[in-house]
Amino acid sequence: MADIMTPALGESVTEATVARWTKKAGDAVRKDEILVELETDKVSLEVAAPADGVLSEILAGEGDTVEPGTVLGKMSEGGAAAAPAKTEAPKAEAKPEPKAEAAPAPAPAKSEAPKPAAPSAQRIAAENSLDLAKVSGSGKDGRVTKGDAIAALESRASAPAPAAAPSAPRELHEREERVRMTRLRQTIARRLKEAQNNAAMLTTFNEVDMSAVMALRTEYKDVFEKRHGVRLGFMSFFVKACIAALKQVPDVNAEIDGQDIIYKNHYDIGVAVGTEKGLVVPVIRDADDMSLAGVEKAIGAMGKKARDGQLALDDLQGGTFTISNGGVYGSLMSTPILNAPQSGILGMHKIQERPMVVKGQVVIRPMMYLALSYDHRVVDGQGAVTFLVKVKDAIEDPQRLLLDL
Amino acid sequence: MSQYDVVIIGGGPGGYNAAIRAGQLGLKVACVEKRDTLGGTCLNVGCMPSKALLHASELYDAAMGKEFATLGIEVKPKLNLSQMMAQKADSVTQLTKGIEFLFKKNKADWIKGAGKITGPGKVEVTGADGSVQTLEAKNIVIATGSEPTPLPGVEIDQQRIVDSTGALSLPEVPKKLIVVGAGIIGLELGSVWRRLGAEVTVVEFLDRITPGMDTETAKTFQRSLTKQGIVFKLGAKVTGAETSKSSVKLTVEPVAGGEAETLEADYVLVAIGRRPYTEGLGLESVGVTTDKRGVIETDHFKTSAPGVWAIGDAIHGPMLAHKAEEDAVACIELIAGKAGHVDYNLVPSVVYTAPEVAWVGKTEEQLKEAGVAYKVGKFPFTANSRAKINHETDGFAKILADAKTDEILGVHIVGPQAGEMIGEYCVAMTFKAASEDIARTSHPHPTRSEAGRQAAMGVEGWTMQS
Repeated sequence: MADIMTPALGESVTEATVARWTKKAGDAVRKDEILVELETDKVSLEVAAPADGVLSEILAGEGDTVEPGTVLGKMSEGGAAAAPAKTEAPKAEAKPEPKAEAAPAPAPAKSEAPKPAAPSAQRIAAENSLDLAKVSGSGKDGRVTKGDAIAALESRASAPAPAAAPSAPRELHEREERVRMTRLRQTIARRLKEAQNNAAMLTTFNEVDMSAVMALRTEYKDVFEKRHGVRLGFMSFFVKACIAALKQVPDVNAEIDGQDIIYKNHYDIGVAVGTEKGLVVPVIRDADDMSLAGVEKAIGAMGKKARDGQLALDDLQGGTFTISNGGVYGSLMSTPILNAPQSGILGMHKIQERPMVVKGQVVIRPMMYLALSYDHRVVDGQGAVTFLVKVKDAIEDPQRLLLDL
Repeated sequence: MSQYDVVIIGGGPGGYNAAIRAGQLGLKVACVEKRDTLGGTCLNVGCMPSKALLHASELYDAAMGKEFATLGIEVKPKLNLSQMMAQKADSVTQLTKGIEFLFKKNKADWIKGAGKITGPGKVEVTGADGSVQTLEAKNIVIATGSEPTPLPGVEIDQQRIVDSTGALSLPEVPKKLIVVGAGIIGLELGSVWRRLGAEVTVVEFLDRITPGMDTETAKTFQRSLTKQGIVFKLGAKVTGAETSKSSVKLTVEPVAGGEAETLEADYVLVAIGRRPYTEGLGLESVGVTTDKRGVIETDHFKTSAPGVWAIGDAIHGPMLAHKAEEDAVACIELIAGKAGHVDYNLVPSVVYTAPEVAWVGKTEEQLKEAGVAYKVGKFPFTANSRAKINHETDGFAKILADAKTDEILGVHIVGPQAGEMIGEYCVAMTFKAASEDIARTSHPHPTRSEAGRQAAMGVEGWTMQS
């Protein structure tokens, strides 16, 4: 009998939620087959079977909170014969599921996922919001047959209505819905509030004329894409401009640790990416060593991983500075909240043509407001403003980046 | 004396597949066969030669009858029976040589001669020249197959009264052929000679043809054969035969009682079934028991004697080459310590006439008897575009599914190429598919396979094309 343990969850992650068991007690499993998915603050983790054998017992049900070293379940090694299912997941299904998540998703296309259900079973699941992952299959190798899906529907219909959410603070009305926050949403909420509570946070603004970068981009985008196989976007310019500014104002690249300030001589830039589940901030490591093309490629790769839910903990940890672009959603101006324990975050915004006075003439220029939120405990006002001006200068005259000015 | 892991007695579909599988699994294996060629009844005097004649005679029939003219092909065909037989023999030779090659490839020894068990782990082989050798084996697999069942009072002389083997090599086209037994073999061979010009009468003891076949399917099938000119005498018992130089007089009585009549024909084919070939194998020397019909009793291919196994026609289950092949794989895997298993419910059956009949799983009668609530979806080939284009519209596809779970329980197809269509349902049923799974699977258009899909739709009442 071997224990299935919660693995180490990564730096500064102390607990995880059991998201989904892909196997039932009694199922035969192969070594390295995925047994259970855990959700942590930052990413989803998969726990694989340590050996061939039979999953004999599930100790941590779906929705349970576990820590590294917590025993998730037990399995007997060897013998392929299915042991009788002793325990069902103890606390699974305590609350009604949010509708959005109950969407049927016919058998996720992961290689280790359960065997695909019969087309008819998938149709029944889709029409009735039945989660086939929770239906035990009687078909070949445990596949869910139409008969299994019908039986599951019937047992759902005859089962008593699920108990109301425990200790509901108030009555829900007809047109309201109570939905448990995902682990990621809870973490976002907690950390944003911590950042506000801990840092002496304030925001300074500037605006930048995008003409030069846009002209440069227009002129070279085709050649660039041909040469590097990646589109030339604005983000890479801002990454490089920020690194130049960080080098000039090292306070913004520092963090407070107790009585000390840690200055970092590496430039690992977090780039906020919106995903279906929420905002994540993958880190472009050693971005100062990268070309513009390198940065664009790294951003593209991280974005894809984020959308595919493939980000690993390592991809999210250890950033020294963050860039957030609310402009993609149309934001004209905002005050970003720090990504603790970092001391600075740059907010990019929408590019908008505005009348500007240049050399005594009113001209139309594509303008973007820039915001730098910073921790005033580390960064002085002068440093913050200097930083932002430096970014502005580099964007308005990108040659400065080339000359390291 | 040679020491083997496995010695197989019989080189038919059971024996030769067992030898190949044993070779694949690294077992030292020998296969004892008394014929001059491997392949057993199936390749030498069964499935293969009969299919060669069925194919050739079907084309001849198409050319002779209205079909070619309808298609705008005008020919005056002439039958060259000796060439038809020669090409049959040629195909058979190629196939049996193929098995020899597979033996070499998988390091299986072919021991020529008649095998007999003389004691635990001992098989004595007597060659055609009378030489005797003894093989030692940790495991003995009996794969001796079956032989035609004789009919009392109607002695097979292979001249005028023939069994299936004789009927594959008649020297001339009979003017009149009487087939005793309306089973698969009788109807296939009856079809061959009917197409080549014989008047064929089929005499059957039961009041239906092809026992075991779904009754509705059998009736439709019989109607097609009758349309082609085959005459059926059902519920009739053959009680005696009188052979002269050029003809046979058969005495036939109604089973229900009544006046006997005499039927005369220049040839009679007796095809009332097959029985296990288990005599003279020395089974008693190791204590292997058989039932009254000579069927060896087994439990997962293990006989009552340790180290002696049996597969194929010699044990219970349908007497079919592909069943023997399944037995062979499972038996050898069990010998090798693996998990061999055969699901006999999913062994398909095929009649290679025109139209063909193919089925797998349960018949309606079996489901009724078992008290299973089921739904039926049926689709006629008259409404199938490919069948229509080819002027082969006899028959239907029928799918039986559980009334509650929709799991497919039986599939019965009578129609063109039914044998090629049934495999889809063997796979589906192995995966416990519902009729809806077939109905929601794209099938190529235009093909006959669409008839199966439309029948599947019919189970839940949404057949679209009839």
